[in-house]
Formats: sequence, structure tokens, C-alpha cells
Amino acid sequence: MEIKEKDYDKKLDLKTWKRLFKYLFRYKYTTIGLIIFMISLALADAILPQMTRIAIDDFIIPNTTEGLNIFILKFAGLAVWFASNVFAFISIAGRIEMELTYDIREEAFDKLQKLSLSYYDKTQNGWIMARMTSDIRRLGEVISWGIVDVVWGTTMMLIISIFMLVSNWRLALYTLAVIPILIIVSIYFQKIILKAYRTVRKINSKITGSFSEGISGAKTTKTLVAEEKNLNNFKELTGDMKTHSVRAAVFSAMFLPIVLFLSSIGIALILWKGGEGVVAGTVTYGVLVLFISYATQFFEPVREVARVLAQFQQAQASAERVLSLIDIDPDVKDGKEILDIYGDILEPKKENWEPIEGNISFEDVTFYYNEKERILENFNLEVKKGETIALVGETGSGKSTIVNLICRFYEPVYGSIKIDGIDYKKRSINWLHENIGYVLQSPHLFSGTIKENLMYGKLDATDEEIVEAAKIVNAHDFIMELPNKYETQVGEGGGKLSTGEKQLISFGRAIIRNPSIFVLDEATSSIDTETERKIQSALERILKNRTSFIIAHRLSTIVNADRILVISKGKIIEEGNHNQLIRKKGYYYNLYSNQFKKENLEKTII
Amino acid sequence: MKNLKLLWNYMNENKIKYLLSIISTGLAVALALTVPLILQVVIDYILVGKEVQGNVFVEKLFGFLGGTTYLIDNLWITGILVILITAVQGIFLYYKGKLSAEASEDVAKNLRERLYDHIQHLTYAYHKNTDTGDLIQRSTSDIETIRRFLSVQMVEVGRAVFMVGISLYVMINLNVKMTLIAMATTPVLFVFSYMYFKVVQKSFKISDESEAELSTIIQENLNGVRVVKAFGREKFEIEKFREKNNQYKVKTYKVIMNLAYYWSISDLLTIVQIALVVVTSIYYANQGLITLGTAVVFINYIFRIIWPIKQLGRILADLGKALVSTERIQEILNEEREVEKPGEIKPEIHGEIEFRNVSFEYPDDKNHKVLENVSFKVKKGETIAIVGKTGSGKSSLVHLLPRLYDVEKGEILIDGHNINTIQKKWLRKNVGIVLQEPFLYSTTIQENISFQNESNIKDVHDAARIASVHHVVEEFDQGYDTIIGEKGVTLSGGQKQRIAIARTIINNYPILIFDDSLSAVDTETDIAIRKALNERKKDVTTFIISHRISSIYDADKIIVMEKGRIKEMGKHEDLIQKEGIYKRIYDIQNVKEFEVDVERREAGGN
Repeated sequence: MEIKEKDYDKKLDLKTWKRLFKYLFRYKYTTIGLIIFMISLALADAILPQMTRIAIDDFIIPNTTEGLNIFILKFAGLAVWFASNVFAFISIAGRIEMELTYDIREEAFDKLQKLSLSYYDKTQNGWIMARMTSDIRRLGEVISWGIVDVVWGTTMMLIISIFMLVSNWRLALYTLAVIPILIIVSIYFQKIILKAYRTVRKINSKITGSFSEGISGAKTTKTLVAEEKNLNNFKELTGDMKTHSVRAAVFSAMFLPIVLFLSSIGIALILWKGGEGVVAGTVTYGVLVLFISYATQFFEPVREVARVLAQFQQAQASAERVLSLIDIDPDVKDGKEILDIYGDILEPKKENWEPIEGNISFEDVTFYYNEKERILENFNLEVKKGETIALVGETGSGKSTIVNLICRFYEPVYGSIKIDGIDYKKRSINWLHENIGYVLQSPHLFSGTIKENLMYGKLDATDEEIVEAAKIVNAHDFIMELPNKYETQVGEGGGKLSTGEKQLISFGRAIIRNPSIFVLDEATSSIDTETERKIQSALERILKNRTSFIIAHRLSTIVNADRILVISKGKIIEEGNHNQLIRKKGYYYNLYSNQFKKENLEKTII
Repeated sequence: MKNLKLLWNYMNENKIKYLLSIISTGLAVALALTVPLILQVVIDYILVGKEVQGNVFVEKLFGFLGGTTYLIDNLWITGILVILITAVQGIFLYYKGKLSAEASEDVAKNLRERLYDHIQHLTYAYHKNTDTGDLIQRSTSDIETIRRFLSVQMVEVGRAVFMVGISLYVMINLNVKMTLIAMATTPVLFVFSYMYFKVVQKSFKISDESEAELSTIIQENLNGVRVVKAFGREKFEIEKFREKNNQYKVKTYKVIMNLAYYWSISDLLTIVQIALVVVTSIYYANQGLITLGTAVVFINYIFRIIWPIKQLGRILADLGKALVSTERIQEILNEEREVEKPGEIKPEIHGEIEFRNVSFEYPDDKNHKVLENVSFKVKKGETIAIVGKTGSGKSSLVHLLPRLYDVEKGEILIDGHNINTIQKKWLRKNVGIVLQEPFLYSTTIQENISFQNESNIKDVHDAARIASVHHVVEEFDQGYDTIIGEKGVTLSGGQKQRIAIARTIINNYPILIFDDSLSAVDTETDIAIRKALNERKKDVTTFIISHRISSIYDADKIIVMEKGRIKEMGKHEDLIQKEGIYKRIYDIQNVKEFEVDVERREAGGN
């Protein structure tokens, strides 16, 4: 807790903010406009009490109405000036806030799309979500409205001081005497107030987490009858929340009285010394009233500036976290010369893309996350176009790594992987991915209709293609039984479908793209046998002219592979088709029989 | 209005604190309004030496303090008076802040707890069909909106009322005509506020919804990152995101523009009002109708009252937000929760079960028969296996047992009691169910396994051993103290399922249900778990849904489901004798893996 606190209390790091203010550069003229409007508004704010002074000194005391028409006109002009400035600054600052939020968020999201899987394997989604939502929102707010308040506040203080000094410098000095204390008190209080509210926000985010868990886990909670227990845990948090919120509010409640007290000292001094001045004839009534107005008014800009400075300090952590996300360099990326030919994700130059045959070779590939634990070492593998390769082995044997490397989610540390004889790093990542059909163990669907999810595999798929793909994976029947058929909404993450149904759709979206390389990563574990069987027979046809890789536990899924690779500790320890491996009576045979009667297993040889 | 009443009801016992807070506000306001009166007396009585208008009390006070001639030489006394009044005012202001914070935080606390409790007790069907993101949004930011309204704005309403009321009283005493002029534009400001409040309510709602959509898009992208990458759909995702990001920008900007219109127009009216007072003061003072001091009081007051009147617009706007939030929260609170009906019993449960002509359809889709005329009997301690295609009604059937859904047609008996007469929580404490996609809580593994009841470490380890997850947990650096989820390790689907199994079986339920809860576990582990369970449970009635014949072939009864009906029922040996669905599934799996697995199970299942 303490350690974390510290990284929030960082001193303002100008470098960080300079970078963020660079986003403002795109809106240079808008920002300059905003600053001008704020200065102008502060001027209007400071002139307003002057009107009272003029009314007293020029009209009431001399008992005249001469020039009143001009005075009224000036007043009307001031009103229009004021209102149009207010309109301008809110709409401009709002525009800057929204554009800034939009830009930062977009840049961060673009970066997220470019980052390789290694990043996602290391980073929790919740962390990224917080950066993408609240941190960015906060930065947009702090920067845009921060400019508003700081420019207005400092200008206002400056103009009021000048006005007072010009009117009566002696009296001005009395009033301004309180200001340094006011500034110190304001900065001090704004700091502790924000700090207190930060604690509140932290607890609040725990409450959010707790709500989120309570909601996502509600079904499970029900089956465990853990409602009471969860509620009691939750109550601890809400109790904490109340204590700390009240504490923060008490600090705020102390601030205003202290400030009012300080400015009342200013007013008292003006009454005393100004009153004496009136008696002596050195101060006019108008100036006396004007000074009292200014003394009352002065604390607002001081408070605003103090608040904004404290806010910037608070937002420092958000700023650093967001920039750290934007700054990350993806582990797997295309070089410049490759991007020039093949285009990037946003503008792929598909006209330059070679068709893919599907010959894949691993040449002395070494891979590890950490140098001491090598997952693959000098791994060699030659896969011919159209071959079906099954990968078998224990968890951690390296079979998933092989698939991750083929998909270029990761790249070899040493050695190379060649597709159709050319190192795949010489082509773009996008080129490869466009040609892969991939089905995962846990099928992830996107909210939208079933049709949209199937089209994820092929964005320009026709209705016929969609239905055909669904039929191939045996999803058509269940889809037609749904109330809206292909237009049925699948819900967030596909939540409205069963796991098996989701898996069928995810098969469908892989098949619809007619890929040259097919990867099934534990894809059949949650489909019922009959459906799986049907998919399998379809797959046999579909996989015919495609290079495919299958990771599976179920023997039935791998038995028809052209070649089965038994992987152990990053090495191929056996390879061959099912029949060969069973006859070989090696690791594979043992894996699937252990102490099994030979005859029975031999029966499985087709 | 209905929502306003709801909001009022949320306050329950905190109403008195609110009242005290509002009284403090009133006193603070009254004192604040005294300061201009002192200025009036200083100008008129001491400096000019005229009769003071209307203001008898302050005049008497000054008489008491020494009278004109004394005070004119000792003006500091009036200054001290201002400081003293401000100090006392500060004390009331402090209490206003403190009390309203205590009250509103308490309301928020109660509301959070009530909502949390309610959500946990909503029906299974509700949770299955509800978008969690939306529910979380409502539970967090909507409560926050209400809290902010109650803590800040509620008291501000009180302040505005006192400010206007007391000022009016003083001003009328000073000069009635002048008062009418001073209040001339206020009705316009009120009407304008009201109109604004109508518009802003809608635009805020639209902006919030759009923010929620944006979050969902990011969340889904992060959850499905492997799919996005493998399909090379980064561009598609970026476009999808940009559209939502842009919608959010445009919609939120509309809110800001509404603010810009509101504030600029209301500021225009404000300055017009001030001008009106200043100019009239000139006329009236010149005609001798009011003194200079009185004019100063009017000008001073108009500056003070115009702000709270303007604030009313904002308060009404926030009231709008708060009412929207109230409505959104009430929507959840209005959802029917699972209740204990009077007369529900808590019988001792042994595990004899009978389904009698049970038909079932989901509450939200009455046309789709999920189960039709299902009848069967189970003796205590039997193992029942349920097989069938995806969507055949297997899961629904077992979900009825712990009353996750209530049966309306037909009846289910446990030990002769209709389960609709048994208390739900009691039933669930006796019927353990492991869901297909179980939820683990973000706490330690130890706590997850002993989630329902505090269990000792030995029991936790035993349960984990049976679920074949002990050795996995032991490999983690922190063992059973490893935290799962966002802040800790990410588990694979199979590991999650196994921990969920451990969490369920630790409780020694008389009835156990495995809802395809080993789908993500490999066959070997599946067998090991089943074997360990068989050894442990003797009298436990067990339901198993599985796609693997090898997991269920030794069940006492196998139920084959198709389209909500029982198609076949019997023992494995009997079912494979006749042509049917089961035989077909068996044939498919038999050759490939069944015998392998069975042999291995008999051999000890390593």
C-alpha cells in the first residue's frame, strides 16, 4: 500500500506532460483561441465590480445622470462580451477535451492491435482496461479544463492586483498582504483534499471490482450459497468507503471557512484603512466598495489554480501509465522495408501479396521466454503443403509454442521458419494471418449476430458462403432453430450460446476464410461427440489441400493425421502416422495405453 | 416525480442529518448576508452620517459599540466585527459539509449494499441473460451520481432557498420597488433552468450509454485478442473501435454544448440583472429614495443571490442525472429476486430423486420447449449420466435440481418432497453443482476451494487431490496462497474446472452434479478424477453430463436426450445392444479411444 502511494505523489514530471501537451499541438489554433478567450473572460470578470465603482463615484456621489446612456451601453456590451466568452470557452475546451480523449484513446488502441501476444500473456486485461477508460478520460479532462482554470485564474489574479494597485496602491498592499497566506493555505488544502479523495477512489475501484465479481460470479455464487459471505466481504469495503469519504469531505468542509476567514481579514483591513481614507478624502466611496468586492473575489482564482496544480500532480500517474502503453514496442513486428512492400495492418497492399502454398519448415529454431529455460532448441521440422500434422505431448512439452511460432504470435529467438521456402519475417504478419484458419480451445465470439461472427473469418462473405460454412461445421441446424436464425445476437463474448455452439461458430468462421494453413488448438474438447464426428468428416475434406496443425488430447481427433509428432521437452521424440506409432510401441503407444493390453490398441489400427 | 420519491426513500434514517445540515446552511447564509449590512451602516451611518434605512438591528449594534463619533476614529472595530461574523459563519459551513457528507455517504453505503445483495439474489435466468457490463455500470457510476447529488446538490438547494428568502426579506425592508427590479429576471432563469434540465437528461443518458458501448468494444477486443491476431482482423477491430470512439466523442460533445448554451445564456441574464440593479440604484439614489449604503447592499446582494439561482439550473440538471440513475438502479431493484416462500421446508436430504412429467421452457422464450415430459427415478447413491447433443436439454435438466430454474409443469421430488416446497438455499447446500464454465473468485486458491465453508487445509488438499489439481497448485510459487485472476495467475480452462470441482466436492453433498465440467480436462485426468470420486463417494447421488463415453459408461443409468425428450435410458451394456443414438456415439468413440481409456481405468488410471 505505502509503496504504491508513493508513486502517486511524484513530483510533476514536465517531460511526461510535455509529451501529452504535444497532442494539443494538433489543435494549436484552437488552444490559442481558448487561451485568448480565457484571458478575455478574466478581464470581463475583473471589470464587472468596476461598474459599481463607476456608478458610485461618477453618478451617485456627484448626483448626476450625465453620461448614463453610455454607461448602460457599456454595461450591455460587457454582458454580451461575458456571455459570448463563456460560450466560446466551454465549447472550445469541450472540443479539445473530446478530441484529446479521442486521439489518445485511438493511439493506444492502435498500439494494442499492433502489440504481440507476448504482451497480452504478461498483462492483465483489467490493467489495460483501466488505462483505456478512466486514465485517458482523466487526462483529457485535466488537460483541457486545466488550461481553462489556470489561464483564467492567473490572469484574474494579475488583473485584479493591477486594478487595485492603480486605484490605490496603499490600500492594495493591505489587501494583497493576505494573499500569500491564502495561496499557501489553498495549495496545502487542495493537496490533502485530493489525496484524501484519491484514497476514496482507490476504495471505490475495489468496490467496482467487487461488484464486477459479484455480478460475473452470481451464477456460481448461487450454486455455492455464498451470498451471505460475499455480502459481508462487500460490507467491509462499503464501510471503509464511508469512513474515508467522510474524512475527505471534512477536509473540504474545513477549507472554505478558512479561506473565508482569511478574506474577511482583508475586508476588515479595507473597512478600517479604507474607511479612514474616505474620512481623509484620499479614498472614494466607489473604491472602498470596489476593494471589498475584490477582496471577496480574490480567493476563487487562487483556489482554482491550486486545485489544478494538485490535479496535475494526481494525474501524473495516469499520464505515465498511458504513455507507457503507447510507448511499448511490439516484440513481433514487420520491418520498414517489409511494410513498404506489403503494407501495414491499416493499409495492406494486398496486390503485392504472394499466394501461399503451405510448405512450412522450421530450421534450427530455438525459442525461450527466459534464457535459462529453453522451450525449443535447434528444432527442425519440414511440413509439405497439404499435410495434416498432429502434435501430441504433455502440457509444457512445447507443442503450443510450435503453433504460436507458426502463427507468428511469437518469433524464433534463433533460427528461422520458412513458408514456401522464404523466411516468414520477409513477409508481413498480416499476410500470414490472412491465410490462417485458427480455432481455439475456448472459443471467443464478439457481440453481434451469428452472421457477423461467421463473417469475422471473411468480411465480404456472401449469404451463401455463410450458410455453407455453417453447414460444414454442422452449426446450420441449431442456428435455424434459434428465434432470429442467423441474425440472432450472441451476446457479450457469445454468452447467450452454449460452449459447444460457440465452438461450432468459431469453426465456421475459420472455415469460411478458406485458409491455406489451418490450426486447431484443442478445438474439439467441448463439442459433443456426434457433432465432433461430423465436423471431423467435414474437416477431412476441407483439410485436404491445406497444411494443418492439430493439437488435441482426444485420440479420435488425431488418428487420421498424416503425421503425428510426439513432442517432449521441445524435441520430436517420435513421428509417423497412428499405425506406425502404435506398431513402434514407443512413447506414443505408452501415452495412449500405459499398461494397456496391446491387442486392444492394435485394434485401433485402421 | 416517482423517481424523486424513490430518491427520498433511499435517504431513510439520514433525513434528520440532512435537516441539521440544512439548518446549518441557513445560519451560515444569514451570517454571510449580515456582512453587506455592516458595510451599509459603515457608509451611511459612520462615514456619511445619514439615517440608516430599514436596518435597525445593525444600527443599534453600532450604537452599542460606541456610536458614530467613536467608531469613525476606531474603524478597526467594524473590521473585527466582520471577522467575528465570518468565523461563526465558518463553523456553520463546516457542519453543513460534515453532516451532509455523513448522511449522503451513509445513503450510498446502504444503497450499494442493498443493490449488491439484491443482485446476488436475482434469478439464475436473469444473470444468464443480462449484460454484465451494463449491470456493473449501473451499480457503480449510477450510485456515484446519486451520492454526488445527495452530498453536494441537495444542500445547495437549501442554501439557494435561504439565500433568496433572507435576501428578499432584507431587501423588501429596504425598498420594495427596488426589490422587484432586483428579482426581475429570476423567473426567466428558473424557466430556462427547467428547460435545460429536460434536454440535458437525455443527452447525459446517451453519452453514458455510448461510453458503456465503447468499454464493451475494448473489453471484447482484449478478451479475444488471439482470435483478432490469428484472423489478422486488427484493421477491422480498429475500425469498429473508431466508430464507437467517435460516437462517444460526438455524443459527449453534445452534452458539453448543452452546457455551453446554458451557461452563456444564464450568464447573459445575470449581467443584465446586475446592470439593472446598478442603473436603478443610480436613479433611486439620485432621487433620494435610497442611500448610498442601501444601494451598496442591493448591488452586493444581487451578486450573491444570482449565483445560487444560476446554480439551481445546475442542481436541476444534476437532479436530472440523479433521477436517471435512480431509475436505472430501481430497474434492477424491481427485478424479482429469489425469495423464501413461507412454509418452505428444510428436510434432511438423502438423495432419492424422481422426475415426474417435467416439461420446461425458459421464462424469456416460452415457445421453445427445452424439456418435454421428462420422467425418471434415481435411487440414493446412484450415478446418472446424461448424454446428448448440444442444446438437447441436458444442462437445463440438471439446473432444475438445485432450483436454478423453477419447474412449472410436472414435478421433481427429492426424497419424496416436491422440490418447489424446499427452501432454495437449503436445497443448494445439499445439491452441489459444478457449472460448465465455473467462476473463480479473485482470492487465493485456498479460499476458493473452501469458499462455501471454512475448511481446514487438510480437507482443501484432499479435495484438490481428488480433483487432480493438487500437484498443479503445488507447483505455483505461493502454492495454495496463490491469488487467482486479475491480480494473480491466470489459470487454464481445465485448471479452473478442476478447482471448481475441488470447491464443490469438499462439501460432502448428498447430491452432486457435474455439468460437463471436465470438458477442458484431458482424458487421462478425467479418468483419474472419476476414479478418485468413485472411491470417495459411497452414498452420493451423482449426475454427470459428458460427451465422453469413457467418463460415463459405468453409470447406473444413462439418459440419452434429444430435443428435450428422453430418447433412451438404461445401462451401458443394454444401450449398446440396440440401435440408437447411444450406440452410434459409442461406435464412434469405441474404436478410437473408449477401450483405451477403459483399460487404463481398470489398470489404475495413471
